[in-house]
Amino acid sequence: MKQIRSTILLLVISVIMVACNSGNKTLPIYGEREAVITKDKAGIERVDTLYQTIPNFSFLNQDSVMITQDLFKGKVYVADFFFTSCTTICPAMHRNLKEIYEDYKSNPEVMYLSHSIDFKYDKPSVLKNYATKLGVDTKKWQFVYGSKDDIYKLAEKSYLTVVAEDNDSPDGYMHQGWLVLIDKQKRMRGAYDGTKTEQVAMLKKDLATLLAEGN
Amino acid sequence: MRKYILFSIYLTTICSIIYSCQSSDEIEFAAYKSNGKDIYVKYCQNCHGANGEGLGELAPPLTDSVFLKENKQQLACFIKNGANQPMVVNGKTYHEKMPTFNQLENIDIAQVITYVTNTFGNNQGMYKQETVENDLKNCK
Repeated sequence: MKQIRSTILLLVISVIMVACNSGNKTLPIYGEREAVITKDKAGIERVDTLYQTIPNFSFLNQDSVMITQDLFKGKVYVADFFFTSCTTICPAMHRNLKEIYEDYKSNPEVMYLSHSIDFKYDKPSVLKNYATKLGVDTKKWQFVYGSKDDIYKLAEKSYLTVVAEDNDSPDGYMHQGWLVLIDKQKRMRGAYDGTKTEQVAMLKKDLATLLAEGN
Repeated sequence: MRKYILFSIYLTTICSIIYSCQSSDEIEFAAYKSNGKDIYVKYCQNCHGANGEGLGELAPPLTDSVFLKENKQQLACFIKNGANQPMVVNGKTYHEKMPTFNQLENIDIAQVITYVTNTFGNNQGMYKQETVENDLKNCK
């Protein structure tokens, strides 16, 4: 009798566990948020959540073309901060990101945006050379050059990545190696250390989840 | 019966002692290689990759054993002083600059060269600290 009871208990538990697992998985939304009250057409008040988004920007890309956020309209993209003469974490970050680039080569919904933090040296022609030699010089992967103010502010306020000039480091700059995942509504949905293979594997998984989500 | 068992235990012990006694050269080689790997992971892997595969046209692979053999005397110079001349590796020309690793001591350079030239399909044997000193005097 006892055995039957415990069997039933076990069955119930496993049904519950299976049930919990189903349902669509979604990614968290990062950044600050505020509640706003809006009125719909019928005049009924509703509370909406306003999420932090990436503000508009305009930078020169590797083809010396001015690009803005419009280029990323309806796209999911991965953003990072790097510089071409960086010998420490950048090659590892871009080696890993290139793997994802190859995986999603035929998917027009996925793009990449690498901002250079070396405003002195990384002019568009230098970025072009870098992109070509990395083997990713297509419209899907934009390498951008901008003023120090614009790039550094965007990094810290919007992509939550620390970047700075640093005379103590051998390359002259220090920065974090985040690969930041942005959804179609310009919201930040994840950040992954681009130098660690297990975190990049997580980014791959989350990118698939985000694409399935449709946002 | 007991005699046999005792004898076979004795024999196994002797055999394993002999087997585990590597020559001091082999031990030194193994130590160079394993220390070399740590140095490689810290300073080289970012660009040259975990499997020595390189990175696009930015950093050449370390799998060209002919190149590594022909340029063996220059390897220490490349590491210590960096490299700025085009290099043909696996039939492809690489133009990017290699940074200097001035902070590495001769022993570090010896160990990392021993690691690289005996990994990634290379098999060149020991490369000693004294050779580094000599090679660094003759940098081009």
